[in-house]
Amino acid sequence: MNVSTRIFVILALAVAVGLATAVSPFASPNPDGLEKVAGDKQFLDEGKLHSIQEDSPIPDYAFPGVHDQRVATGLAGFIGTLAVFAIGYGLAFVVRRQSRGAPPPGAPA
Amino acid sequence: MIHLPLALHIPDGFLSGGVAAVAGVLAIAAVAYALRVANVEPDEARVPLLGVLAAFIFAAQMLNFPIVGGTSGHFLGATLAAVLLGPWLACLVMAVVITVQAFAFADGGISALGANILNMGVLGALLAGLLVGALVKVLPHARSVFLGVVATVSWFAVMVGTAATSFELAISDTVPLGTSLPAMLGVHSLIGIGEAVITTAAVAAVLVSRPDLVALGPPQLTTEPGRVPRPVERSASA
Repeated sequence: MNVSTRIFVILALAVAVGLATAVSPFASPNPDGLEKVAGDKQFLDEGKLHSIQEDSPIPDYAFPGVHDQRVATGLAGFIGTLAVFAIGYGLAFVVRRQSRGAPPPGAPA
Repeated sequence: MIHLPLALHIPDGFLSGGVAAVAGVLAIAAVAYALRVANVEPDEARVPLLGVLAAFIFAAQMLNFPIVGGTSGHFLGATLAAVLLGPWLACLVMAVVITVQAFAFADGGISALGANILNMGVLGALLAGLLVGALVKVLPHARSVFLGVVATVSWFAVMVGTAATSFELAISDTVPLGTSLPAMLGVHSLIGIGEAVITTAAVAAVLVSRPDLVALGPPQLTTEPGRVPRPVERSASA
């Protein structure tokens, strides 16, 4: 049941967007691996946000200004997944151009 | 207090300047090398696959699943990326995901970005590339054997990233190795099971729908009859 590249991409992207939008609001809110250990071993408070991150567009996966937390998380997941798709897709063109032996200006040597 | 979602995402403040800088240099070196050797043909299906895989890994990383003791864990994805794209393209995909998480979502530090790319991306991707590649050569080329290899290696990749994180925290004088390593490995041995389940399911789905997109799969499983397999990655000397 081989599918065409177009269908494969659409299906896989739909799965990713669906998970990030509709499932992520119901993900476990418990502290995860490092956070739990950091809390137990008393170094969690040493963690801080970089000053750049004070202005993060979507801090902590919650779309700002949306009061319903699940909607805020789902919206963050939707936008984030599409943004990462776009950047990853763009990356392929960077790698592709390099592979032809003509590195784009500004690329690492 | 600001809530910091971590998993293996190290926030700023956990690592010393020296450790963050060394990890940053290693991560930049790996990404720069990956940009040199990774090769994607213009007409290839792998052009959109890079975007799709980055999107899937980002999405799956948002899905914290509960494990024992009021703790959760989430998928990392380095092994999945390496199995589908080869280790060096996988490093690039993981670097994209982790960088977006840090800058857009305040998830993982900025000065710790190199360490996070190293722990969650580069180490796992390169380990998976080495191990899966080596095991495919010596083991029978059956689908079940290959998926078993993928499951096992993805678990190990999580454990290696976890151990690296503990070492970095210890060298930074944040928490002694003897304190953090057993706790970190214990929690992540369970998170690694989730990693193995998701990675294996995703690879199995691609093997069914588009076997040619499984870069590290045995040729018998990934090549359609009558189709010439493409070289995965150009060698470093090319």
